[in-house]
Order: sequence, then C-alpha cells, then structure tokens
Amino acid sequence: MLLALPIVIPLVTAGLCLLVGRRVRVQRALGVLGAGGLLVAAVTLFARVWREGVLVLYVGGWRAPFGITLVADVFAALLVLAAALMHLAVSVYSLADLDGRRQRYGYFAFLNVMLTGVCGAFLTGDLFNLYVWFEVMLIGSFVLLVLGGQRAQMEAGIKYVTLSLLSSALFLAGVGVIYGIAHTLNMAHLSQRLAVAATSHPGLVTAASLLLLLAFGIKAAVFPLHFWLPDSYHAPPPAVTAIFAALLTKTGVYAIVRVFSLVLPPSDYLFGLLAVIAGLTMLIGVLGAVAQSQFRRILNVHIISQIGYMVMGVALLGSPDAQTRQLAIAAAIFYIVHNMLVKSNLVLLSGTVRALAGTEQLSRLGGLLNRAPVVAVLFLLSALSLAGLPPSSGFWAKLGVIQAGFRAQAYLLTFTALFVGLLTLVSMLKIWSAVFWKPAPEPCSSDDALPAAAGTPPARRRALLLVPSVVLLVLSIGIGLYPPPMLATARRASRELLDRAAYVAAVGIHAEQVEEGPFRAEVHP
Amino acid sequence: MFVILALLVGALYAAAFCLLLARTTTRLLFGLLLLGHAANLLIFSAAGLVRASPAIVPSGAERPPPGHADPIPQALILTAIVISFAVLAFAAVLVQRAHQASGTNDTEELRTTET
Repeated sequence: MLLALPIVIPLVTAGLCLLVGRRVRVQRALGVLGAGGLLVAAVTLFARVWREGVLVLYVGGWRAPFGITLVADVFAALLVLAAALMHLAVSVYSLADLDGRRQRYGYFAFLNVMLTGVCGAFLTGDLFNLYVWFEVMLIGSFVLLVLGGQRAQMEAGIKYVTLSLLSSALFLAGVGVIYGIAHTLNMAHLSQRLAVAATSHPGLVTAASLLLLLAFGIKAAVFPLHFWLPDSYHAPPPAVTAIFAALLTKTGVYAIVRVFSLVLPPSDYLFGLLAVIAGLTMLIGVLGAVAQSQFRRILNVHIISQIGYMVMGVALLGSPDAQTRQLAIAAAIFYIVHNMLVKSNLVLLSGTVRALAGTEQLSRLGGLLNRAPVVAVLFLLSALSLAGLPPSSGFWAKLGVIQAGFRAQAYLLTFTALFVGLLTLVSMLKIWSAVFWKPAPEPCSSDDALPAAAGTPPARRRALLLVPSVVLLVLSIGIGLYPPPMLATARRASRELLDRAAYVAAVGIHAEQVEEGPFRAEVHP
Repeated sequence: MFVILALLVGALYAAAFCLLLARTTTRLLFGLLLLGHAANLLIFSAAGLVRASPAIVPSGAERPPPGHADPIPQALILTAIVISFAVLAFAAVLVQRAHQASGTNDTEELRTTET
C-alpha cells in the first residue's frame, strides 16, 4: 500500500485543488500540504525499501506478469524521494514567485498532476504503464508551460507539445514492437524474454531498442534531440522552469537507465552509440551556453550538458568488467540526484534575481553583490557545485563518473567530461561576474523590465524565495562534506539494478514462466 | 494481409511526418493525429494477426476457449486512443490560442523565443 502513496497523494491533492475552485489561499495551503505529505510518504518508502529490499505491489491483485506491477527498488525510491523534496521546495518558492492569476487558475493542481506522472514513472514495473505515466506527466507539464497565456509561452508550448507527442508516439511504437517480440510488458519478464529473443531476432530487438532510445532521448534532451529545450524552458515563470529542470529530463534519464540496465539485453552497438551521444551532449550543451546572454537561458542550456554526464554512466555499461559497470551506474545515480538538487536551485536563484532586479538580461544586471549578498553567496556555492568543485555534491558526482570512465578506459569520453567541467566553471563565473560582481549598469528605460517586480520585495516574500534555496544548498554541501551515506545509497542502488536475476525474482517471475504462455520465439511470416 | 498493413503503417508514418514538417500549425495538429494512428496500427499488427474468437471466458470456465485472440494489444490500443484523444484536444486548444496570441499560424513566424 505504501508503494502506491507517492502516486495517490499528488493525484488526490490535484483533485482537491481543482475542487476548491478559485480560492487561492486554500489552493496554496493544499499545494504545500500535499507536497509535505508526499515527502513524508517518500521518506517512509525509502526507509522501508532500504530495510526490506525490493517492494512489489500487484495492482488489483493480478500477479506479475499479468497485471500492472509497481516496484520500488533503492534506485526508484531514491528518485521518488528526490522528486518529493524538489516538489516541496518549488511549491514553497511558488507561493512567492507566481502571480495570483496563475495560482488561481490551477497552478498547484497541475504541478501535482505532473508529480503523479513522475512518481508513477519511477515506480512502475511495466513498460506500457511507463508510457501512461509519461503521458500524465506530460499533460501536467503542458499546462504548467502555457499557464499565463503570454505569447512566448504559446510559442514555446507548440514546440514542446509537438516534440513530446512525437516522443510518445515513438515510445508507443517501440512498446508495440517489443510486445510483438516478447508477448509481455512486465519489465522483469521482458528482461528474461528479450534476452532469449536477442539471439533469435537480434535485428528486431535492436530496432525496438532504438525506438525506445529515440523516445527517451527526446525527453531527456540528449544531442541531437535537445533543440526543443532551450527554446521552451525559459518561457514559463522560474518556479516552473525549476521543477521542469529537476524532474522532466531526469525522468527521461531514469527511463534510459532502467531500460538499458534491466529490460534490454546488453548490446555493444547500443552502448557505443550512447557513448558518442553522451560525449556530444556534454560538449554541445556547454558550448551552446556560450552564445546565450540571458541568465535563465544559460542555465537551461547547461541542463543539456549535465544530462551528458548521466548518459555517460549508462554508456559505460558496455565495459566488460562487472565492477566498472557497477561504479558507472552508481556514479550516474549519484549524478542524477546531485543535479536535481543543484540545477533547480540555480534556476530558483535566477528567479530570485529576477524578482529583485526585474530583468534576466546579463547586460542589464549587475551590482547585486552589495544589494543581495545572501543570493550572491548562494549562487556562487551552487554554481561551484554544478561545475564539480569541492566541497559539494558536484565534486563526488563528477569524480565518480570520471573514475568509472578511466576504469573503462574510455579516455576520449573521460577527457571530454573533464574539459566540459572546466567550461561549465567558466560559464558559471561569467554569470556570477555579470550579475553580482560588475557594477550595476545605468538605469535605462528597459522594455522587458517586469512591472512591480523591481525593488526589494517585502520580508515575507524574500523569505519564501530564499528558504528553499538555502535548504537545497545545505543538502548539496552536506553531501559534499560527508558523502558516505549518499555513496552507499548509490552503490546499493547500482548493485540492485545490475543484478537482473534478483529483480526478476523479487517481482515474482519464476523461471518456468519463460517457457510457458503465449510466447512465440518465431515471428509471423 | 500483413503486407497491406505494413504498407498502410508506412504510409501513415510518411503522411504524419510530411504534415509535421509543414509550415502551418493546423497541419502540425493533423500530423500528430496520424502519428498516433500509425503507432496504434503498428501495435495491432506487430502483436500478430490471427483469425480467432474474442477472449471471452464462458461462465463457469477458468480461461477463454482455445484459439482466442490476444486481448492485450486491443487493450493497449484502446488506452492509447483515449490518451491521444485527450492530448490532441489540448494541442488543438493550444494551436488556437497561439494563433490568437501571435496572429499567425505559420510556424516560421513563431520563432520569437529562439535566439
């Protein structure tokens, strides 16, 4: 039952938010309460998974592989926990960042719809169900993106919606082909049957794998499928960008990790492809940021570059050494969690700067070190964490990825990762010096200044804007100063993820079920 | 039958991508619609076409009679149709609102957010 709570709580919260109509105060209270409840459920779930091992829930009492199965291993529970934490941080931040109209017309409801989809995607053990949760997540994110109805949001919405639906259609096609090959959709069951089918029909399995990779690649915004992200993420308010940065692309990465480590049979071709994608994603992302001149856009393009590091962890699964594979996946998991904390925090801080200065153009910003020293310090520390400098979670995350890279003797990829880290640092310092260090520019009649936003907000609003950032930064530094708990979690998650037999047994698929049933190894003529 | 369906799926995909690449947002919408149909038909034919009875369990029996069709692809397609219907309804409203906000349905002119 506990397993369903991270899905049920945001769903109920979303429903209640819609039911109370336009009463903003009630919606705000419900939004924060729901997020708090989700966090409590996520912590309980994680503690239980840590104590008792993989938890399985057969929805409706239909045992695997016949019904839909929810599965929580340490990896899934950890990501639900991180998502719940980000949800609470962004919900509190939204109280101050979002205008009343957006809050009245369903912001909190659709934020929770999105969270329902995200938690469902993390917890499901069924490939088609994963597609359904992706759609739930997407419809929530569509509304969040266009809520407010500005022209930029509509244009961003059209691009984002088109690319997302394209990705969903490809995913659906991939699921169809996989069902045609294996006649099952349960991930654990697929793991066994696709391993058999990979020897009899390698071409079909590879084609289906590529369809899935293409679909998840669009969602995760990897090169060359990344172009929609910088064009759409800056249009909504910063709080929305922050939760998108924390959850949407990471759900795509989660699907890549899950599918490539558990469901699909290992294939050197695919891992080689992933290595090329990872390297180019890192490089293109960080180079693309150079061309940008707006605070939040620079950060958005960096999301792409960071995705490259996580995909690199998956690509190193191609290594013949079991220990290297485990290290690589552990590093990728550590990186995902670190990036959720730090990247969204940077976006939140860019929103705070927007609230203080009324603009996001680097050329119009400046002198904020004197006006808002707390924001300046928070940003600097988070930026150094993103670039991978100690003492922060970013240092350990990068160290893990690079260690795994050297162990796998993927030297070109690893040196790319190191080089991109350096460029990230340069890019972050560019923002820091433009926004905080350089003297404030002459005030001019700016056309994109936000009405009533410039100037110092009242103390209560400032607190709501800053508290989430402080908490997230403390967590990041905490992980950096004392990494053993987080490292142990990532290692255990990775060990579980790579032990396919244990996962399959935990879900309750027995060896004899591979033989019986409607499984046909031969494909229709 | 398989060849006809395969050609049909291919034609649907081709038409969908052709429409997606067109310059007006209305065609974009129809492209997305066809893309969903193509995927559904692909699921249906990839799961295997057989002449068989529906998988209905007679009263008193434990399982459907032998020679029944696989009900799972039908369930998948049904779910996918419902989802794509809802999402396309949203997309249709979005296209209409974007037209109101920008006064154009030419995708080349919806580029003010790019750099």
